Amino acid sequence: MNLSTLTAHELLDLLKNQKTTPQAITESVLKAIQRTDDKIKAYVRVRDQEPGFAPTRGSVPMAHRDLGGLTPAPSQTHLPISIKDNICIRGSPTTCASRILEGFKPSYHATVIERILSAGGLIVGQTNMDEFAFGSSTENSCFGPTRNPWNLDCVPGGSSGGSAAAVAGHEAIWALGSDTGGSIRQPASFCGVVGLKPTYGRVSRYGLIAFASSLDQIGPLTKDVTDSALLLKIIAGHDSRDSTSADVPVPDYTASLVEDVKGLRIGLPKEYFIEGLDREVKEAIEAAIAVLQKKGAIFQEVSLPHTEYAVATYYIVATAEASSNLARFDGVQYGLRCQPKTSRKTALVDMYEETRDAGFGKEAKRRIMLGTYALSSGYYEAYYLRGQKVRTLIKNDFDRVFEECAAILTPTSPTTAFRIGEKIDDPLAMYLSDIYTISANLAGIPAMSVPCGFSQKGLPIGLQILAKPFAEEMIFRIAYAYEQAALWHKRKVSL
Amino acid sequence: MSEFEPVIGLEVHLQLKTATKIFCGCPNRFGEEPNTLVCPVCLGLPGSLPVLNQKALVYAIKIALALNCEINPFIKFDRKNYYYPDLPKGYQISQYDLPVGRGGWVLITLNGDRKKILIKRVHLEEDAGKLIHDSQGGCTLVDYNRTGTPLMEIVSEPDLASSQEAYEYLIALKLTFQYLDVSDCDMEKGSLRVDANISLRKKGDSTLGTKTEIKNMNSFRAVKAALDFEADRQKALLTAGERIVPETRLWDDAKGATQPMRSKEEAHDYRYFPEPDLVPFVVSPETVAQIKNQLPELPAQKKERFLKQYQIPEYDARILIQDKDLAGFFENCSTLYSEIKKVSNWLIGPVLQELNARKLALKDLGLKPRDLVHLIQKVDQEILSNLAAKEALRQMLDTGKTIEALVAEQGLTQISDEAALEAVLDEVIQENENAVRQIRQGKESAMGFLVGQAMRKTAGKANPKKIKEMIKRRFVHG
Repeated sequence: MNLSTLTAHELLDLLKNQKTTPQAITESVLKAIQRTDDKIKAYVRVRDQEPGFAPTRGSVPMAHRDLGGLTPAPSQTHLPISIKDNICIRGSPTTCASRILEGFKPSYHATVIERILSAGGLIVGQTNMDEFAFGSSTENSCFGPTRNPWNLDCVPGGSSGGSAAAVAGHEAIWALGSDTGGSIRQPASFCGVVGLKPTYGRVSRYGLIAFASSLDQIGPLTKDVTDSALLLKIIAGHDSRDSTSADVPVPDYTASLVEDVKGLRIGLPKEYFIEGLDREVKEAIEAAIAVLQKKGAIFQEVSLPHTEYAVATYYIVATAEASSNLARFDGVQYGLRCQPKTSRKTALVDMYEETRDAGFGKEAKRRIMLGTYALSSGYYEAYYLRGQKVRTLIKNDFDRVFEECAAILTPTSPTTAFRIGEKIDDPLAMYLSDIYTISANLAGIPAMSVPCGFSQKGLPIGLQILAKPFAEEMIFRIAYAYEQAALWHKRKVSL
Repeated sequence: MSEFEPVIGLEVHLQLKTATKIFCGCPNRFGEEPNTLVCPVCLGLPGSLPVLNQKALVYAIKIALALNCEINPFIKFDRKNYYYPDLPKGYQISQYDLPVGRGGWVLITLNGDRKKILIKRVHLEEDAGKLIHDSQGGCTLVDYNRTGTPLMEIVSEPDLASSQEAYEYLIALKLTFQYLDVSDCDMEKGSLRVDANISLRKKGDSTLGTKTEIKNMNSFRAVKAALDFEADRQKALLTAGERIVPETRLWDDAKGATQPMRSKEEAHDYRYFPEPDLVPFVVSPETVAQIKNQLPELPAQKKERFLKQYQIPEYDARILIQDKDLAGFFENCSTLYSEIKKVSNWLIGPVLQELNARKLALKDLGLKPRDLVHLIQKVDQEILSNLAAKEALRQMLDTGKTIEALVAEQGLTQISDEAALEAVLDEVIQENENAVRQIRQGKESAMGFLVGQAMRKTAGKANPKKIKEMIKRRFVHG
């Protein structure tokens, strides 16, 4: 039995019944990576192969070494997990798939990493992404693109494409990604896995190398809804090191894994079911709606009137924050430094310019320029400030709908995975693939993508479930009920 | 007199002496090995996040209240974006449009007149690191110990009309901060920094002229000198019909002049926007009231109280409150001794002289209120002359002995016995015929001279009052 193809909860059962060991599970994952990652290229760094990582064979589980003497508690997972390359792991290169962070090794663990290690998790590798999370295809990585396990000529989505592809391709049991405008959900949708963006503030951002501070969240990418609930439970919770993390208790999300949606009102925003939505995607969503209706859910049309402003608002607010967050990459303390031989007088500015020119990719530069412009004197009121005000309107739209509905259902993406290279020269077209996911980040609400079918060409389709702040339990409930009825997660890719 | 008058505004940066930095738990200390008081947050490492030190906010509100500001009920932080090696994040977390306090004022006294200097705003921000230029190695070294130190920025309105007013304003501010115990206020260590803005306008004009900014002044005296220089420089230019270039100039203490900054003048667009990593803070009226109640008596209040309660002159009160410890010492003495004016004289005179000469703070002098009171009482009892008492004070400070011990040891007791003094007076008269002649001619000052000679002969022990009496009896009355 190929352990790497199982879900986390299946493996936990096996571990509990002593039918397997953490080492065997980790071995299986590492073997899978060895076998297939040449083709998928989901990983940028694998524990076994990198000098910075400790070996896994025959020795004490890495959890102990990483915990530095702390004894893991009884409810241990001891499962291998894969981490997107923008989450700090002490002592391991963490580069955000950017040349400018070449050689950077954080001196501390991100809070989510500490929580995973305390729960006994083992970090098996770091996954590919769009540079600094700027992208929807994982083509903007300095390491080269990751490929979709379902069709190697297609993108896995982005920016957490590496994590999604690794999970879908059974090169990971489960993984962490980050989502600023859809970067967990859209690749989950493209790769046929479950991806959750928690409520803003649900999971600590301490140690997440920031893209847009008011939009970023770390979240799980998993093979099924149950695993998502398990992983969220481990990483969620207040963190005193993150002023934006919410002091809201973490419920036992697994208690929401019941197949009961009777009487739940689910809204269908009319602004989402429009031109540009792929016919096959639309049909898959409609079929999913029928499945849930059969189980007793009640659907109604709702309106989110400010939807049309979401993409514009996002590309102003997010890029503005990003332009500031990326200012620290200047060649002074860590990472890449280019010092051209110029006059003493201009040496400092030359270092800044040369380093950032060589270190940042095209999309990163594009977004930094956009963001700088949006904040600049004379434009701040017209762009950033106005964008933030429109954001309130977008949030109010959701608040109104959630007064009547327990959740909202939409497609995750207007299309299935596009071909590598198809949209890379058309940034605007690329931006529009986030059209359904972006609003959730702007409003700060939780949202999940769940597999709901395949296109004729065999590419996965995802549906998105949104709920009001801190109502992840509602999302798990609906997602689980749907998943158990439709069983799309049972169809596994073969490579 | 000049047809031009200066218009001056000052920006004061004050490092707050909280135990830890403003956004992280690193110790807030000066003078340690470089880059030892750092962590991912104040180094601005990727993934790090700021968390506000609540104490810093309380200190900020205290300062704002002491400066009579309106406290903003809703405050937030903003990012000020620019590139420099001492700024690890590429932005400084500061406050833009919702600062801690606004619309305050400070009273200064100049030549007996009181003037209200308006304060535009006070806000909290983080300090940057320190650059050390190693010209030998041809490089610049960065020390991040200072990044994240809490800073209070206090911006005055352009209300200061002269360099002297600017000086008084700084004295008044520093005194307030010392009373609040929120900062070391040490310009040499950089815990208090001053930038000045100055322009000139024709007397009677209401429109402001072009201003220049002056930096790199390392003492209040330097601020005054720099403003004087810059006012003269601008006056010369304007009189010659030239324009003032709006620029930043550095004060060169050695040359006694301001020089334009060598770096290219780029207009800084700081692209301020609200800091998304920090949530806004609500400052309730209850919190403000609570902090206000905890404020110590401030310098202006203490001065007024001293005038009323102790009936001492303004001059005295002003000097006593300049040092919180001195004022406290004075009050302590008043509980032990009723002729409080004498205490004031001693403190303002000999004690302050000793403090200056020994370069010590009052708390390190080793003098207690009852020690001073006993000394003064010895003079009251005519056991010591004033002169002898001053010398005794010096000895008390040198040896740590009480005045009783010193008097006993050295037989310091003043000679007031007339019989003993008669002999001394005889000698003095014999040796100073000239002076005697002058006294007979009615010259008062010659009497003082003879008294002085008698004091010399007795090594200060003669009771000068007695000597003078005796001289008068001998020459004036007969």
